[in-house]
Amino acid sequence: MPRPVPQPGESQQVIDAEIAALHRAAHDAAASGAPVPAHPPRDFPPYRSTRLRHPTHELVRADPEEIELVSPAFGHTDVAAEEADLTIQHTGEPLGERIILTGRVLDGEGRPVRNQLVEIWQANASGRYVHKRDQHPAPLDPNFTGVGRMITGDDGSYRLTTIKPGAYPWKNHRNAWRPAHIHFSFFGSAFTQRLITQMYFPGDPLFALDPIYQSISDQGARDRLVATYDHDVSEPEWAIGYRWDVVLTGPKSTPIEPEDADHA
Amino acid sequence: MPDQSTPRPLAQTPAQTVGPFFGYALPYSGGPTVRAPWQPDAIRLHGTVFDGAGDPIPDAIVEIWGADAAGRPSTERGVLERDQHGFSGFGRAAVDRDGHYVFTTIKPGATRDGLAPYLLVTVFARGVLHHLFTRAYFDDEAAANAADPLLSSVDPARRHTLVAVSDAPGSYRFDIRLQGEGETVFLEFAALDPAPERRGEGMRR
Repeated sequence: MPRPVPQPGESQQVIDAEIAALHRAAHDAAASGAPVPAHPPRDFPPYRSTRLRHPTHELVRADPEEIELVSPAFGHTDVAAEEADLTIQHTGEPLGERIILTGRVLDGEGRPVRNQLVEIWQANASGRYVHKRDQHPAPLDPNFTGVGRMITGDDGSYRLTTIKPGAYPWKNHRNAWRPAHIHFSFFGSAFTQRLITQMYFPGDPLFALDPIYQSISDQGARDRLVATYDHDVSEPEWAIGYRWDVVLTGPKSTPIEPEDADHA
Repeated sequence: MPDQSTPRPLAQTPAQTVGPFFGYALPYSGGPTVRAPWQPDAIRLHGTVFDGAGDPIPDAIVEIWGADAAGRPSTERGVLERDQHGFSGFGRAAVDRDGHYVFTTIKPGATRDGLAPYLLVTVFARGVLHHLFTRAYFDDEAAANAADPLLSSVDPARRHTLVAVSDAPGSYRFDIRLQGEGETVFLEFAALDPAPERRGEGMRR
């Protein structure tokens, strides 16, 4: 593949400085007692695509009605068991590091989210998506599509087998690379618990540089997006294991108090 | 010190953007067909998702969730597997290159007395770090809309952004503007039993 000519763009240093300033402001707000938001701000300028896509009006508070307090009823006919194994969807073995990823989906009060749909999608081991607009000149893997679905068990658990995705470049700024991640979509028992997020891998050197991961100013909240290596999940001669638990919001959830507000 | 006598809720998992490359993962066969178009009660709900420059967004995905004609949420299983006869209430449509989405569904009934009928609408897109909720009410329900508590609470100048406009028999147009002139009213859902000190500013993000 021809190596593309790097396009001009803002440097990483410009993005880093913007992130640092926004984090300082968020930490100052937390130190003066403001609740730490559970989610990233929709306006996060270092992630350039938020610029024209964040509402400028305050969101309007609504009391959830019944339709918002229940969720679609998924059935086991919706998802075949094999869909949780992304390494068996083609005739051959995909390339890359085979991983097993498991965890529990809980609500804000620690109750398991049962029988709900979990969907995942990801790049292959080379950092390439099976998507016509992904033009990263890394190889597609004919044995890997990168899509999986599963239904949570009675204990809220999910488990999937896949390939560790590669990092890939994007055009937010010059030399921008996304840390390796897997996209996850969750339904809860109430539609207001709906969550789409990304799971990252521990120790990724790209964390500090990535404006999407860094859109969350609180380190503790960022850590909640990172799986942990779990040797009990690893299987001998077969796969490396990770664990990642997920907590969905709910109509009764309240923001978490800042951890260190009282000591500031 | 935090009050140790009341259990603290578990810390939520933060949202992240759906990104641009969900196109082979989230859309599924029949996703926009909540009700088969040949059913006599089928309606079309369609519109365009725009950004703050007024340009259509080619990489958004929209979900709807609605009650049945009697105002009850469906408990029918098999949301992803459509059989053309049932009604699951849930739909998912990716926008096309012109930012346009189309659903067929049914017009829901009011979920309780005093409320106007509406569909819950969720928007995900590249550049949207945390999805956005809104509601699509119907312009041919003027009396019910006038009495609806949520619609009545919204700035009158912005209320129209929550109302789908009848543009053909059985067809409603509901454009979504993420920012700028005519910005759609987006919702956040109140806690049912928030601690009193958490009301107000604290819930806003």
